[in-house]
This record gives sequence, structure tokens and C-alpha cells, in this order.
Amino acid sequence: MQELISLFFKSVFIENMIFAYFLGMCSYLAVSKTVKTAIGLGIAVTFVLVITLPVNYLLENYVLKAGALEWLDPSFAGLDLSFLSFIMFIAIIAAMVQLIEMVVEKFAPALYSALGIFLPLIAVNCSILGASLFMQERAYTSVGQATVYGLGSGIGWLLAIVAIAAIRERLKYSHVPAPLRGLGITFIITGLMGIAFMSFMGIKL
Amino acid sequence: MSTEVKPQEKERLFSKKNRKLLTDPFNESNPITVQVLGICSALAITVKMKPALVMGLSVIVVTAFSNLITSLIRNYIPNRIRIIVQLVVVAALVIIVDQILKAYVYDVSKQLSVFVGLIITNCIIMGRIEAFSLGNPPWKSFLDGIGNGAGYGAILIVVAFFRELLGSGTLFDVPILEPLGVYELGYKNNGMMLLPPMALIMLALVIWAQRSRTKSLIEKE
Repeated sequence: MQELISLFFKSVFIENMIFAYFLGMCSYLAVSKTVKTAIGLGIAVTFVLVITLPVNYLLENYVLKAGALEWLDPSFAGLDLSFLSFIMFIAIIAAMVQLIEMVVEKFAPALYSALGIFLPLIAVNCSILGASLFMQERAYTSVGQATVYGLGSGIGWLLAIVAIAAIRERLKYSHVPAPLRGLGITFIITGLMGIAFMSFMGIKL
Repeated sequence: MSTEVKPQEKERLFSKKNRKLLTDPFNESNPITVQVLGICSALAITVKMKPALVMGLSVIVVTAFSNLITSLIRNYIPNRIRIIVQLVVVAALVIIVDQILKAYVYDVSKQLSVFVGLIITNCIIMGRIEAFSLGNPPWKSFLDGIGNGAGYGAILIVVAFFRELLGSGTLFDVPILEPLGVYELGYKNNGMMLLPPMALIMLALVIWAQRSRTKSLIEKE
């Protein structure tokens, strides 16, 4: 249990998706103009991460990894399908996003209209595929760990996008040098926030 | 393309319009600094020149061929499932690139770690497919893919150049500042440049320089 809690805090603060790996920057830059939409997108991303990571974990460990198909038939023990992992992961993510979209539309129409076009766009958000690939690379050992990692990186992403949206709302009233306006100043602020987040780096959990 | 039936006279392969497709992404429609696409996987790998160069080349290959393939089949893809079809095409290309990198430049492939896989969700690729190759003939789409991939690679290299030179005093792992005698003047390697946030700040400076030169790119308030 303690291990899961420390993994959670590690993925929210120390290995923050935006500030440490720059994953999901495209939507981070495009949808961070107001706090309200930023919260909506952040919640949707967290939601998709929590659902796709355990599914991809099971897929990785029972289908794709070297020798993972042994449970089906002992003669498959020598099979290594890991070269297929990109295509399988992205297919799972795209399918899950579609599924979640339909479920949300049916059971929570209010949330559905609030999220609007963000839901389908999440399929191509780098942080989702990135989290699955990091999970594969770091070889997490249980479904619980994979789920907690998904939840943690989702919340880290949510924090980052809400923070930048709040700053950008205030930024409207300041004098930014003309060539830096918009994109440039957002990059610099993200960089400064990244430096601030690096203060968590020394913490060993 | 010779098989195409065109009402007007046939365009030359490298006509002026086609050359523009190749050169525009370097400045006026640069994928990173102007279209704001593909920043996701761009910045974590710009600490050194070598991975940045390999990443740039991989992205050129993937954008060019994914544009070409989707453009060839654009009239047969049902609109509703086009995103999945595109993702499958791109993922297949990325798997090929990943396997080639693992076979021939294993150390770089280790450094790039998950970022090769992330080319799939790189917004440049989906963005160019959606915006260009679904509505244009194959040869044009191919050129557009090369141009955009190269525009992206160019930014990576500029950022990596400054980060490696100022951060570790080398280029492509060859010491540069030491033979020049810069250290004797009192310069120390700036460890800050190697940290991830500096990539963003470097990129902001690149944007600043570019927009000061090309005034038309400045955003309205």
C-alpha cells in the first residue's frame, strides 16, 4: 500500500508528464486559454489514463511480452510479440476513447456536452500513449501499480494545465514583447514552472 | 504522377508550387513555431545533437510516407473511421523505423526510449494528414511530408546545438569549447542547459528571434 502511495506522488510531482517529459504539449498549449475548459480536458485525460493503463498492462503481460502467451498453450512460450506493442497500444487507446465517449454520452450527457470535442481528441494526446510506453519500459509489476501510475500522471497533467490556464488568464493584462506574445511567453512560463517542479526531484520516495 | 488525368497541362515534378511545399515549413509555416504541432516529443530529446538528428530523420521518414500512403488511399477511407485508419498506417511506419533504429543505432535508440513510439501521436503527423494529404494528390503530399518533417528537424537541431554546446561544451560528443580555449577565459559548462525546462526556454528564444525577423507571424492581442 505504501508503495502505491509513493508511486502516486512520484507520478504527480516528480515525474510530471508536462514538466518532466513534455508529453501532451499540443493540447496543453491549445486548450489552456481558460481555466474552465482546462479543467474539463484535464479530467477527461485522467479518466482515459486510468482506464487504458490497466488494459494495456494486461495486454502487455498476457499477450505481447516474450513468452507471455504461455498460458494459452505451452508451445507459444518462445513467442515474442513485443514489436507489435505500438500498434496494439494505440488501437486499445483509440477503441477505449470511442467506448468512453459512448458511455459518457449515454449516462452523463451533461459531462459529455461539457467535454465536447476534447474527448475524441484525447486519442492522439501524447501523454496517454506515453504513459503506456513508460509503463512498459519501467516494467511495473501489478495491475494496481499500473492503475495508480495512470491516475497519478493524469492528475499531474490536470494540475499543470489548470495552472498554466490560470496564469494565461492573468497574462492578458500584462505587456509582453510583441514577438513573444502568445506562444513564446507560454513556453517561457512553462519552462519556469518546470524549474520550480524540479525542486521535487531530490525527494526519494 | 503519370497515372493521373488532369484537365490542365501537367505540372513538372519540382515546379515552383511544389518547391514551395518543401521550403515553406522552414519559416512561414514551421510546424513547431508557427503551427504549434509536435512539441510533445520534441523537447526531451534535444540534450545532444545525435539523438536530435536521428529523431528528426525518423520524423521526416514517417511524415513523408504516412502522407504518401494516406493520400493514395484517401478516396477509399470512410470518413467516420479515418482516425483509426490513419493511426494504423502511422503506427506501422513507426514500428518499421523503431526496428531499424534498434538494429543499426542501438545506443541512440536506447536514448530516445519511448519517444520513438511517441512519433505515432506526434501532432505533426496527424495534423498534416488531416490538413493536407486527405485532400491532395500523392506526390504533393509526399513533398509536404518531407518539408514538414524537415522543418521540425531543423528546430530540434537548433535547440540541441545550443543545449549541447553550452551545456556540455561538445557537438556530436566532440569537444568544441576546450580546443577553442573558452574554458581558460573562465567559462564553465552550464548544467542548467541540460535540464528539461531549458528546452522550452530555448524554443521560446527561437520563436522570439524568428518572429522579430518575420513580423507577419506576430500574434494579435
